[in-house]
Amino acid sequence: MTFIYPTGSNAAHPLPLSPDYKSSIKRAPNKPLIPMPHTLSELTGPVYGHETVREGDNDLTRQHAGEPLGERIIVHGHVRDEDGRGVPNSLVEIWQANSCGRYVHVRDQHPAPLDPNFTGAGRTVSDASGYYRFVTIKPGAYPWGNHHNAWRPAHIHLSVFGHSFVTRLVTQMYFPNDPLFPFDPIFNSVPDEKARARMVSSFDLENTQPEWALCYRFDIVLRGKDATPMESH
Amino acid sequence: MQESVKPDGITPSQTVGPFFKYGLTPTGEYAWNDAFTNSTLTPNVTGDRIRIEGRVFDGDGVAVPDCMLEIWQADAQGRFADPQDKRALPNASFRGFARCGTDKDGNYSFETIRPGVVPDPAGKPQAPHILVAVFGRGMLRHLYTRIYFSDEAGNAADPVLALVPADRRATLTAVREAGKPVYRLDLHLQGDNETVFFDV
Repeated sequence: MTFIYPTGSNAAHPLPLSPDYKSSIKRAPNKPLIPMPHTLSELTGPVYGHETVREGDNDLTRQHAGEPLGERIIVHGHVRDEDGRGVPNSLVEIWQANSCGRYVHVRDQHPAPLDPNFTGAGRTVSDASGYYRFVTIKPGAYPWGNHHNAWRPAHIHLSVFGHSFVTRLVTQMYFPNDPLFPFDPIFNSVPDEKARARMVSSFDLENTQPEWALCYRFDIVLRGKDATPMESH
Repeated sequence: MQESVKPDGITPSQTVGPFFKYGLTPTGEYAWNDAFTNSTLTPNVTGDRIRIEGRVFDGDGVAVPDCMLEIWQADAQGRFADPQDKRALPNASFRGFARCGTDKDGNYSFETIRPGVVPDPAGKPQAPHILVAVFGRGMLRHLYTRIYFSDEAGNAADPVLALVPADRRATLTAVREAGKPVYRLDLHLQGDNETVFFDV
């Protein structure tokens, strides 16, 4: 059975134009988006399961000859829809800076060291209940050119598919109590305080592994299916 | 681990940022493998093979070198490689999805097949089309658009194109190059020729 995804949920997202984030000024559409009914094209989506992910792709600390420098962490949580149902078999991709706040990307030239033992990319597939887990290094904050003394709060980029092309989500996971939150125009592009809080992971002592790694919990909530079934043809 | 509490809303989107390439579209330049390429083609796929190419521009007409486009489409018979499509079995060797980062001049390209006809919710045929999600630095949430084909007679009766003002439909229509299975469509994130983006 196929369902419609209510578009009202999208109110949690940032507006395309968020002038404090300078790069949005010339890249946000000026004309209103055109509403359209969901057709089978929007309601279906790519299905990529375990064959897309190699063993160990969810451990960013084991991709090179040695271990990366920095604070080893576990990042885990559930991918759910907004009705609380787990989203199983969904591809989750992450990328991030190293512990010094430096990306391996060639265009990141800020004067912090690269780590030869850390690329910063990983992927996994949520299990039958929607649960996912990564092992990585806590990324550092880093400066950027948006305004004077601009620093991004430490974050991990996440890309999630869900079960439809309209549930597609790219977001950033932040760490609790970051002092940079009030000054970050990307974090604050989300207008609603409760919605911003959903981008912040929580420290998870219960799943912290003694003598090994702190754990952070980050639940991802995707758009949910309305109870109204789409007519089938 | 499964919580019983209903979430108070969805996780908000954040920009893909300028540094996604090594994670999402490494294409041999970084020490990470690609989950996806810019091609939906597999050796046994049936249908007319086509190439879609173009450039992405910002509101000043400047090429956008740090954009990522994703496409999703039906196979040549109009079926999706997703079990949620309950009609006939899809072409098993066609996955319908591809991803491409723009280069320094804003260029993108996809190798795919011409999709078939997909019904709208009322059962009316939609003209062949490809869904596109546009991500980029400066884009706090991805945008959705569609690609239609200039040499498709069915465009005139397409129920989604009918929702678009006539003078903007060209922004959704890839133009076939003479004598080649190549279609061109530039995307304009903002400005006079702004691409039509859909609220879905």
